[in-house]
Amino acid sequence: MSEQGPSEPKGRGDAWTEERGTSDTPRAPKGAARSGLSDTPREPKGAAPSGLSDTPREPKGAAPSGLTSDEGARREDGASRAPGGERDDTAPGGERDDTAPGGERDDTAPGGEREDTAPILEVRELTVHHGQLQALDHVSLRVFPGEVYAIIGANGAGKSTLLRTIAGLHQPTEGSIRYDGQDVTRVRPERRAISGIGMVPEGRRLFGSLTVEENLQVGATYARKGPWTIERVYELFSWMKDRRAQRTEQLSGGEQQSVAIGRALVANPRVLLLDELSLGLAPVVVQRIYGMLPEILATGLTVLLVEQDVSQALRVASHLQCLLEGRTTLEGKPSEVTPEQVEVAYFGLRTPVGEGSEEP
Amino acid sequence: MVWVNDIIQGILVGGLYALFACGLSLMFGVMKVINLAHGDLAIIGGYIAVGVIAVTHIPVLWSFVIVVPLMAVLGYVLQRSVIQAALDRSILTTLLVTFGLSVVIENALLEFVNANSHSLGVNDAIITSSFSIGSQISIAYLLLLIFVVAVVVLTGLQYFLSRSRYGRMIRAVADDREAAQLSGIDYRHVFGIAAAIAFATVALAGIAYGMYSQFSPTTGTDTILLFAFAAVVIGGLGSLWGTLLGGVVLGVSQAIGAQISGSDEFLAGYIVFLAVLVLRPQGLIARKATS
Repeated sequence: MSEQGPSEPKGRGDAWTEERGTSDTPRAPKGAARSGLSDTPREPKGAAPSGLSDTPREPKGAAPSGLTSDEGARREDGASRAPGGERDDTAPGGERDDTAPGGERDDTAPGGEREDTAPILEVRELTVHHGQLQALDHVSLRVFPGEVYAIIGANGAGKSTLLRTIAGLHQPTEGSIRYDGQDVTRVRPERRAISGIGMVPEGRRLFGSLTVEENLQVGATYARKGPWTIERVYELFSWMKDRRAQRTEQLSGGEQQSVAIGRALVANPRVLLLDELSLGLAPVVVQRIYGMLPEILATGLTVLLVEQDVSQALRVASHLQCLLEGRTTLEGKPSEVTPEQVEVAYFGLRTPVGEGSEEP
Repeated sequence: MVWVNDIIQGILVGGLYALFACGLSLMFGVMKVINLAHGDLAIIGGYIAVGVIAVTHIPVLWSFVIVVPLMAVLGYVLQRSVIQAALDRSILTTLLVTFGLSVVIENALLEFVNANSHSLGVNDAIITSSFSIGSQISIAYLLLLIFVVAVVVLTGLQYFLSRSRYGRMIRAVADDREAAQLSGIDYRHVFGIAAAIAFATVALAGIAYGMYSQFSPTTGTDTILLFAFAAVVIGGLGSLWGTLLGGVVLGVSQAIGAQISGSDEFLAGYIVFLAVLVLRPQGLIARKATS
């Protein structure tokens, strides 16, 4: 439940109980998302919901009243159809076809050039539990130097858990994390930070009783050598210098987000993890903050970001990965994925494109 | 004039109470640990001073040179081992663990020292002499010295927390441990530093109390811990100046209570303590920027 911190606008509790817990709100493409599994037909009245696995969800169950009917119906439609395999997503007539939104492997190599260099960050088959709840299920990713790698997904998809695990704030139950060729899976978070994995946590998490400048100074405590200094951050965010003596509690959300970014930058990280920069901010402010990204990237950083706001992520990303309920449902270059694929991978909808309605 | 004297005495004793309280306040402010062994640790400081003086024959006032660093090291070690292990489980566990520590210390002292009262430097001139202002007001040099030490310690601590690099790290960790980790800060080490500082102040408090009065193995819980709590609550948790004010308010109300009737001394202090809890539970000075 605590995956994304307290400031999540939507109740995370709901999201979790709905998606992972006791309820069996139908989520059609759970299994479909996984390569190799997706071509098994979905039996709508399947096995009892196990709560974790890709067994089809019983549409009529203990799900919260009022929530399921629509989705349930949709699922029945979709599920009664036998998907023709995982590459099926390109099938004709399927402008919303989603039964197999590409396996994980499907798009790891969108072009040769990513493979030419060694990845700076490599996550292999990462599984993370929060207590009994499985937040991530064998998620893998490889981030190459200079990339802007975006992870999208709905509430509770496991995005923040993934980032927090990379930063060291959660311990995975399975899988490994390699940074710069070294296995850092068991390395403490502060050691990872010092070695160059920086993070702007969700909800900004500034030191509220400290001033703007003190926040930046704390960020620079164990700074690596590099282009970023407190002065440089003041240049990037022009308002900041004049208000450096203010306590960060008194700043607006967008200003706080800027300080949080500055605090991460002054440590001169090699990989910067950005967790939901847009959260709780006005669209204009989000635009402005993302507008800073090119200038930040110009200093040679690699960025791994998590975003609920898909359009924003698509705009900035050089590589895209979509999570749904802890699993990878789509991966590729933004230019190579269609909005339909993204929609399906994001929401996990099975729309009655195929047999369900038109093609019985 | 009697009242003026009482109030002055109360203010000066308040310095001692503030010295009791500031370590408690610091540990709560940074680690959220309520150290129930706080008073016993002060007494340990007193006993170490007794031993150090017996062995080295240094003047009682200089015993802090040895006792304070020793206690600071003990603070760091205890924090990194027992208290951190408790913290990793839950905040409530720390309450149990420090309570257990208190019981262990008390009984170990009874076992290995004895139940007799000890005091420090009974024959030292500084402890017995005083000066007078007018005919009614008499000020003991010792109390004045303790008050000055308390003010210096609190000022120094305030300055350290607000200006130094480590102070900044302590405040950052107190604000958000996880975010501090993301900035490369090992919060366990920072906790250890904070505990070392708290224990150093506790050592001073123990020595000061030993000179001011006498202590036995149970003094830690039945006097020092209670007064420290009262001072912290009256002044406001987490505020160092509040701690000084809380100590002074406690001292003055005790002095006034004693003037009304000799047996009302402590009662008066606790009535003020209760009144603050009811009327202004956040304390006289609410939590500010530091610690």
